[in-house]
Amino acid sequence: MAFNLTSKQQKQLQESFVEVIRKTSAELPQDVVDAVLEGLEQEAKDSRGEYALKIIQKNIELAKKKSQPLCQDTGSILFYVHYPRQMCGEMLGKIIRKSVVAATKKGFLRQNSVDSLTGKNNGTNVGAGTPTLHLEPWKKDYLDVRLILKGGGCENVGGQYSLPDSRVGAGRDLAGVKKCILDAVQQAQGKGCGPGVLGVIIGGDRSTGYSASKEQFLRKMGDKNAHPELARLEEECVREANELGIGPMGFGGKTTLMGVKVAALNRVPASFFVSVSYMCWAYRRQGAQVSNKGEIRKWFY
Amino acid sequence: MIQIQAPFTEEKVRGLKVGDMVEISGVVFTGRDAVHKWLHEGNDPPVSFKDSIIYHCGPVVLKKKGKWVVTAAGPTTSTREEPYQAGIIERLGVRAVIGKGGMGEKTRLACQKFGCVYLHAVGGAAQVLAEAIEEVENVYGLEQFGSPEAIWQLRVKNFPVVVTIDSHGNSLHKDIEAHSGKVLGELFTAISEKKAASK
Ligand code: SF4
Repeated sequence: MAFNLTSKQQKQLQESFVEVIRKTSAELPQDVVDAVLEGLEQEAKDSRGEYALKIIQKNIELAKKKSQPLCQDTGSILFYVHYPRQMCGEMLGKIIRKSVVAATKKGFLRQNSVDSLTGKNNGTNVGAGTPTLHLEPWKKDYLDVRLILKGGGCENVGGQYSLPDSRVGAGRDLAGVKKCILDAVQQAQGKGCGPGVLGVIIGGDRSTGYSASKEQFLRKMGDKNAHPELARLEEECVREANELGIGPMGFGGKTTLMGVKVAALNRVPASFFVSVSYMCWAYRRQGAQVSNKGEIRKWFY
Repeated sequence: MIQIQAPFTEEKVRGLKVGDMVEISGVVFTGRDAVHKWLHEGNDPPVSFKDSIIYHCGPVVLKKKGKWVVTAAGPTTSTREEPYQAGIIERLGVRAVIGKGGMGEKTRLACQKFGCVYLHAVGGAAQVLAEAIEEVENVYGLEQFGSPEAIWQLRVKNFPVVVTIDSHGNSLHKDIEAHSGKVLGELFTAISEKKAASK
C-alpha cells in the first residue's frame, strides 16, 4: 500500500521541514546549552574564557527569543531522514529541497551554496551537492527527521589521519587514535569557534570516515558510548584536551572541548584512517518525529 | 573591562595590551576580502581610514522603512587578509582590526611598528554583536563589491572584543599555540609510556 500524500499533506510536510530548519538554526538543543553553562562554571572569574562564554550564552538566549540564526553562518545542511517505505523517496527529496528554499527566503538559512567553478550563489541553498540528504526507508509508518547545520569555520579545522602517522607518532592502535584526536584539537586552536565537540571515526575509507564522523553529532552530549573502550577513550580525550589551555575562542582557559564522540567502521587491511570533524559551540542539531500526514508529533532533543 | 571610544589615537592603542577585555564605542568600517584586495592594489578608500577601525565582517543588512538595519554581524576569519593587512595598516593609518581566528607575523609586526591592535570578537555571536550596532551611518562600494563585501560604516556601542595582538609585539595566539604545543608533547610522551608499560 503506497502512501499517496494529498497536496495539502505535502504542504503540511514541507511546513514541518521548514519548522525543523527554523528551530535548528535559532535554538541550541538543551544538552548543548547545558554543556556551555558547565564550561562557564569551570572558567575563572573575570577571565577571558568566562567573558567569551558569557557572550555565547547571551547569544544563545537572544537568538531563541528573536527566532533568528544563532550564527550568521548557517553552514552545511545535513539531513538524516527515515521514512515509511511505502512513501515515495523522490517526492520526499523534492519536498525537503523546497523547504530549504523556503527557509532561506525566510532568513532561517543564509544564502550559503556557491558554485565552485563560477563563484556564483543562486541564493536558494539548493545546487550540486547541497543540501546533503541521507534518506532511508524503514518499516515504521512515520518519519524520523534529523538535521545538523555545520558551520564552515569549524569544518575547515577538521582533519583526517592515515595511520601510521610519523608526524604525530601514531601507530595503528587506540593509543595512536588518541594522539590524532589530541593533535587535531591543538591544530585547530581557537579557529573552529570553540569550545567544540569532536565527531571521530576510526576506520572506514576517506569518504565514509568523514561522513560517519558527522553522524556522531546526532548523539547527545551526555550519552555514554556502548563500547567500553571507546567510552574510556572519549572521556580521556575530553579531559586531556582541556589540559591544552586553548580555551573558548582560543583566548586561553579550561574549556577547550565540550565532548568527543567516537565510533569505528571496518576498514580494508591496507588502510587505517582516523577522521575528525570539529563542531563549533554553535552546535545546531534538531530532530522530530513527523507523522505520515506531515505533522510534527514530538521533538527529540 | 576597558571602555574605549573610537576614533583611536596612537596613544590609546599603545595603552592596550594582549589579553585586555575591551568594549568599543564609536565608528567601525567593515571590510573583507574584496575591499582588502582592492586597497592593497593601491586604491584609496572612499572615506579616510586614518585612526580608523576595520572590522572583518560581512554583515546581513536589510532595508526597513528606508533605513539600513543590521540583522547579523559576526566576525569572519581574519587570516584571509593576512597578505594585505600590514600594507593597509601602514599606508592608511588604521589603528585597529577586528576579526576572529587571529592573524600572522606580518600583521603582528605592522601592529608593533605603526601602532595598531588586533581585536578578537566572539565568533558566531551574530545576535549579540548585531545588538551592539546602533546605527548604519553610511555604506560605500555597495554596487562595486555587493552587500556583504561593501564598506559599511557602523556606529557601535559597547562592542565586546579581546586584544589578542597588541602594539608591543605580543600575540596571544602565538603564546597559546606555543603553550598548547608543549602540553601536547607531554601528553604524547605519557601516552607512549603507558603503552610501553602495558606490553
Ligand atoms: S565556526 Fe560555527 S560559530 Fe564560528 S562562525 Fe562558523 S558556524 Fe559560526
